[in-house]
Amino acid sequence: MKKIFLVLISVGTMFCAQAQPNVRPAAVQKAPIVIKNATIHTGDGAVIENGIIVIENGKITAVGKDVKIPAGAEVTDAGGKQVYPGLVLPTSNLGLIEISAVKASNDTKEIGDLNPNIRSIVAYNTDSKVINTLRSNGILAANIIPQGDFLAGSSSIVQLDAWNWQDAAIQTDGGMHLYMPTLMPRPSFGRGGFAGPNAGVQTDPVKEGLEKIEKLKSFFKEAKAYLGSTGNTETNLKFESVKNLFSKKQKLYVHANTVKQMLVALDFVKEFGFEMVIVGASEGWQIANLLKQNNVSVILDQLHRLPTGEDDDVDQPYKTAAALQKAGVVFALSDDDSQNRGRNLAFNAGTAAAYGLTKEEALAAITSSAAKIMGVSDKIGSIAVGKDANIIISSGDILDMRTNNVTDAFIQGRKINLDDKQKQLNERYEEKYNIKQKKGF
Amino acid sequence: MKKTNFFSKLVFVLILLPTSLVVQAQVTFPENGVADPRHGHYAFTNATIVKDATTTLTNATLVIKDGKITAVGAGLKVPAGAVEIDCKGKYIYPSFIDIYTDYGTPQRQAGTGAGGGFNFNQAPQIETAVKGPFGWNQAIKSEVDVYKVFSVSDATAKPLREAGFGSVLTHVKDGVARGTGAVVTLANEKENLVIIKEKASAHYSFNKGTSTQSYPSSMMGYIALLRQTYLDAAWYKTKPYQEGFNATLQSWNDNQSLPQIFEANDKWNDLRSDRIGDEFGVQYIIKAGQNEYQRIKEMKATNATFILPLNYPVAQDVEDPNDARFVSLNDMKHWELAPTNAAAFEKAGIPFCLTTADLRTVTQFWTNLRKAMEYGLSENKVIEALTKTPATTLGVYDKVGSLDAGKLGNFLITNGPIFSEKSIILQNWVQGIKYTVKEDAASVAGTYALTVNTPSGTEKYTLDVKSASSVTMYAKDTLNSKFTFDGKQVKISFAPMVRRQRPAGAPGQTPDTTRRPGGGNPGAAGFPRGGSTEQALPATATRLGGISNGTEWNGTGTDSLGNPLTWTATLIKLAEVKQDSSKKKDMPVVGKVVYPFEPFGWSDEEKPKQETILIKNATVWTNEKEGVLENADVLIKDGKISAVGKNLSDASARIIDGTGKHVTAGIIDEHSHIAAASINEGAQSVTSEVRIADNLNPDDINIYRQLSGGVTSSHILHGSANVIGGQTQLIKLRWGANDDDLKFKNWPGQIKFALGENVKRSNFNIPGGNNRYPDTRMGVEQVLEDAFTRAKDYQKEWKGYNDAKDKKGLSVPRRDLELEALVEILEKKRFITCHSYVQSEINMAMEVANRMGYTVNTFTHILEGYKVADKMLKHGSFVSTFSDWWAYKMEVEDAIPYNAAIMQKVGLTVAINSDDAEMARRLNQEAGKIVKYGGVTEEEALKMVTLNPAKMLHVDNKVGSLKVGKDGDVVLWSDNPLSIYAKSLYTIVDGTVYFDRKKDELMQKDVDAERLRLVRKMNGEKRSGAPTIPAQPSYQIMHTCSDHGHSHGLLVIDSDDMNND
Repeated sequence: MKKIFLVLISVGTMFCAQAQPNVRPAAVQKAPIVIKNATIHTGDGAVIENGIIVIENGKITAVGKDVKIPAGAEVTDAGGKQVYPGLVLPTSNLGLIEISAVKASNDTKEIGDLNPNIRSIVAYNTDSKVINTLRSNGILAANIIPQGDFLAGSSSIVQLDAWNWQDAAIQTDGGMHLYMPTLMPRPSFGRGGFAGPNAGVQTDPVKEGLEKIEKLKSFFKEAKAYLGSTGNTETNLKFESVKNLFSKKQKLYVHANTVKQMLVALDFVKEFGFEMVIVGASEGWQIANLLKQNNVSVILDQLHRLPTGEDDDVDQPYKTAAALQKAGVVFALSDDDSQNRGRNLAFNAGTAAAYGLTKEEALAAITSSAAKIMGVSDKIGSIAVGKDANIIISSGDILDMRTNNVTDAFIQGRKINLDDKQKQLNERYEEKYNIKQKKGF
Repeated sequence: MKKTNFFSKLVFVLILLPTSLVVQAQVTFPENGVADPRHGHYAFTNATIVKDATTTLTNATLVIKDGKITAVGAGLKVPAGAVEIDCKGKYIYPSFIDIYTDYGTPQRQAGTGAGGGFNFNQAPQIETAVKGPFGWNQAIKSEVDVYKVFSVSDATAKPLREAGFGSVLTHVKDGVARGTGAVVTLANEKENLVIIKEKASAHYSFNKGTSTQSYPSSMMGYIALLRQTYLDAAWYKTKPYQEGFNATLQSWNDNQSLPQIFEANDKWNDLRSDRIGDEFGVQYIIKAGQNEYQRIKEMKATNATFILPLNYPVAQDVEDPNDARFVSLNDMKHWELAPTNAAAFEKAGIPFCLTTADLRTVTQFWTNLRKAMEYGLSENKVIEALTKTPATTLGVYDKVGSLDAGKLGNFLITNGPIFSEKSIILQNWVQGIKYTVKEDAASVAGTYALTVNTPSGTEKYTLDVKSASSVTMYAKDTLNSKFTFDGKQVKISFAPMVRRQRPAGAPGQTPDTTRRPGGGNPGAAGFPRGGSTEQALPATATRLGGISNGTEWNGTGTDSLGNPLTWTATLIKLAEVKQDSSKKKDMPVVGKVVYPFEPFGWSDEEKPKQETILIKNATVWTNEKEGVLENADVLIKDGKISAVGKNLSDASARIIDGTGKHVTAGIIDEHSHIAAASINEGAQSVTSEVRIADNLNPDDINIYRQLSGGVTSSHILHGSANVIGGQTQLIKLRWGANDDDLKFKNWPGQIKFALGENVKRSNFNIPGGNNRYPDTRMGVEQVLEDAFTRAKDYQKEWKGYNDAKDKKGLSVPRRDLELEALVEILEKKRFITCHSYVQSEINMAMEVANRMGYTVNTFTHILEGYKVADKMLKHGSFVSTFSDWWAYKMEVEDAIPYNAAIMQKVGLTVAINSDDAEMARRLNQEAGKIVKYGGVTEEEALKMVTLNPAKMLHVDNKVGSLKVGKDGDVVLWSDNPLSIYAKSLYTIVDGTVYFDRKKDELMQKDVDAERLRLVRKMNGEKRSGAPTIPAQPSYQIMHTCSDHGHSHGLLVIDSDDMNND
């Protein structure tokens, strides 16, 4: 019996979806915490030089230059370092996928086209080893979204220092995710070869896609009727699960990139009055004013991508954020890269800053604007009185990999352990090769 | 009334010569009935005879007998026994030859297609499935002789004859080597009579056709297969006992004496095929595609004769800007310029033939030919390209290709100069047999008086006959009428016109019925069609039918009440023969050809040149012992770094102010998959014979995009589909250069190896499971062990042979290109870059290398390299890794971003590579991450993307640092090069500015303007009624190593996904 138990443990550790035993969630804040001598980037545009932040009971109670330091506070002297709100990753498969290629570790996409009742939060694994590597780069909250071919289910927002998903959730089922049909002809390739630009197109994906969208509208119409009726004899779980869309407690996240997809998506705003967020929007720079006009907010899920067309400005993706900013669209940046799992979020913002945004605007796109778009700006996204004390300290500009170096992080006032599996492996081998002392030579 | 005379004679001839007449009886065949020997002896007199492209005889005579021409000339006497046909006003041309058809060959199964790369999601078929004494690869079908499977097909021949063709070269279009082709005429006769040369050519392609065998699966593989087959065939001549009888190789050798025709179908493939030919002393005749005008100088340099198809892209419907958005400038430019292809060949003085191949239907031939002529192709050249050039190319000019005594009676009779818009081909004579193409509409056109004798009296009408299918008929008023004339039979029906808004055919405003959509194709069998504006005739129409006796027609009919009647029509006046009203159109205005044929490509005038450049007052990262110099200058001259230091000057230099900016050596990407037509040849576990160099693709926009990120050299690797992959190629990003000029000259070659999950195909859904050895890391070791054991034996075998003083009685070893590449590794002439992840396999690879006596030059990816850094150092390896990738597959679970730093601190030379077309644009920032993770110095971090990759590629004597004498590969950055805010302002390769951020903005404006012009032009095309197809998004094929998820946006298709149909 004992032996079997041992084997189970070792199999468990091998298959990685287990917690790092020595990195534990931090305990609830007891004493007040003060961060002083800080360059505070509030996340909504302001920079306070030589500022002070006071944290009590997990919340920010004071921010500014002249702030009274409460008695008994644990004081951290930031030594002029840069202090930011914890970064927010607005689209992520964190905790749903441990290793993309290992099917057993992949819980991101359910079978079926119409899955409004699917909830990502229940599969969110707080013990994923990926989580700590994101915290190390300043990401303290993430929107965990299900993937799918059409209506994929609801996302929830988690803070990244928790024992289990219930602890982690700071907003449950706040977003419903719709993956728009491509609405674009695909080339038909011969077996093993390609037929060139004029290759025949077999079906009409535009027509098929529009039909699919019409069916979804019928679904919403029926759902509305059902939800408005008290005499339903049967319970329809799918109808029930979109209730909050109609009450605007839930937002509709439409994953769309082409202009056609985005314009078609506006129907959901016009016809049903849903609050809509476009995710992707790689072509959004072409209709920035229309997005603004319709109060649609946008999550650009990857700036580090190639331009859509060969004819495009070689830096177009880097410039898209500035185009949205200019038009007044509320937007956030994400990092959906599957090879680094989102930890380069800050550098996507850095690129946006290199191509037209100010640094504080770029920061807002990964903090306050993200929180606002997702409906959690009362809790996270900026350093302001009343907000959760989600704060990071970096020795340099967090948007630039050259200077980014997160030394401290607080989630809900809890100073979290910034160790991760990779740091531990680093340490192990630095020790093996006896090179630790040579650091920085 | 001489014309009347011809008219009646023509009709007479038409009656006498039914098209099925057999001229040449086959004497060995028994006769069923009474012998009917004839000689088809005719004299065509008073004609304008175009003997060949340069000789035209007027008022001349052509005499044929027994299917051949017996005399041609002016003032010839009609020989006794010959039937005279007066061809006054007519033209006679040699009929055309189509050198690229599969006429009369059996239907084939749909093929497996061309080589886009290895299909990871399919179990490969490793061995041939064909039974018999043939070669090892199903795609090599040299033993096929088309004459053995050829059968006459009049259904196929007819449209070709109607387009003016009298003979064709046919072959079985299947396979990489396709056996022999035969020249046949298009006569509808027994096969024995129409085959005029049974083995006229040998055929090759880059398409394995119906072969079900997996190898080759890539462009590189096709080339390697051809190369090896040339060697094997040469070796086979020594009659090696090990090979036994090999029908394929024997035929391959037999076929070498024939003209060798290569179907390449694309400008780069044309060059690829020509280079294979050069390697083995073969000059291919190249079947081209549509895009050779994009590289016409390179075409000329092949010295090949080309075969040009005349198909062009169709205009796309781009009225909706959202549709237009995804149609690339290239595709629109190509649509505009494709019709200039043939003219470009003519202008460049490259010999070529024209073919109907690749046309959707043969009936498009004339329309498209006229278009090519409108775009500059000359009449004489067309005749030559359809007669003499193909005939001489195939060695049948003694039989066809001109009108000379002794040649076959293959000729066309037309009613005017053949290229005149109004002219039509009347008859196509093949081997002395007449095939009527179309009646001479002009000869029937005229005014006739029609008298109809009805029970109620005589009615008089006037017929204005326009053509054999068009008439205007009137008495007092214009009638609604229909007319057909087939040369003998006349049919007329008519009824009073029902008044509508648009009365058709009133005299004086006759619709021009000779103008037909598609540009007036004289060969098209388009009759009858009287114009779509005509009213339908009622059931009560008067109907007349009769026979033409020349100038008078007689017949019977029924009137509107059903009463029988008789009728007579008499010619009053023949219509005036209209002069060709179509003026020579002006050459259409088209855009410039740019190099490469891509947005941001350069026209010949705009092409950047090598300059003397002096960058002043910058922060200079030398990568040398001088370190980083503040306020320093860099002088680049004659393509090299000429000086680095303070206060430099050069009067001839272009000065670039570097104040506040940073200068570094150009970035070198150790691991890239851009700029190639294929990347993976994974059909076997060892494919060291394939070479990326064989299939470079300079038309990759990612070259330009990466220049914008400061990259100057990229190492293009084979993918990771198999343990021993292909030979790699280092390139310089010389945007605009051709494939050969992209290459980094004088570098010792490398080869890609791969270990782990990809080679054992762990992450793919293969129906039935993986059947390709190896399936485990244990098997990977054995593949390496086995390959090098064989290589050593091979090395020994050749050494024994070469060292033997007396070679008598020794059999020549077979050259094996797969093993030769491995021998090169053993001889330290070729270096390995080995895709690897986990420590066990890294150690294994080094142990095999130690046992076999080679070194693993570079471990690439090497995400667990930090675990075995000391061992790699001892082994003598370089390492090239990612900064921060992990967790996308099992073998990268222990990857850490501190990897590069640990390896560097242990003493290894470390590179950071991209393996990704997007990240390659930010490699400087990836290096910046190594400062963050692991704290190496900024100088050392920069070396990871410059000097260190140069070292592992063995080119650090040329590139990688700012040292006097090294190549002028330099980047001027706006900021510290490791920073997210750094942008390349100038990227310089060999002293030539290939990327200039300010110029890029201007070029972007040009791209946008050119797009707008072409979108408007296509829209104009659509509005003018020309056919359009729905907008086709211009997808780009992206090759990857198939290692991890690459997502590159809406229009990019991973070449791996392409195979998953």
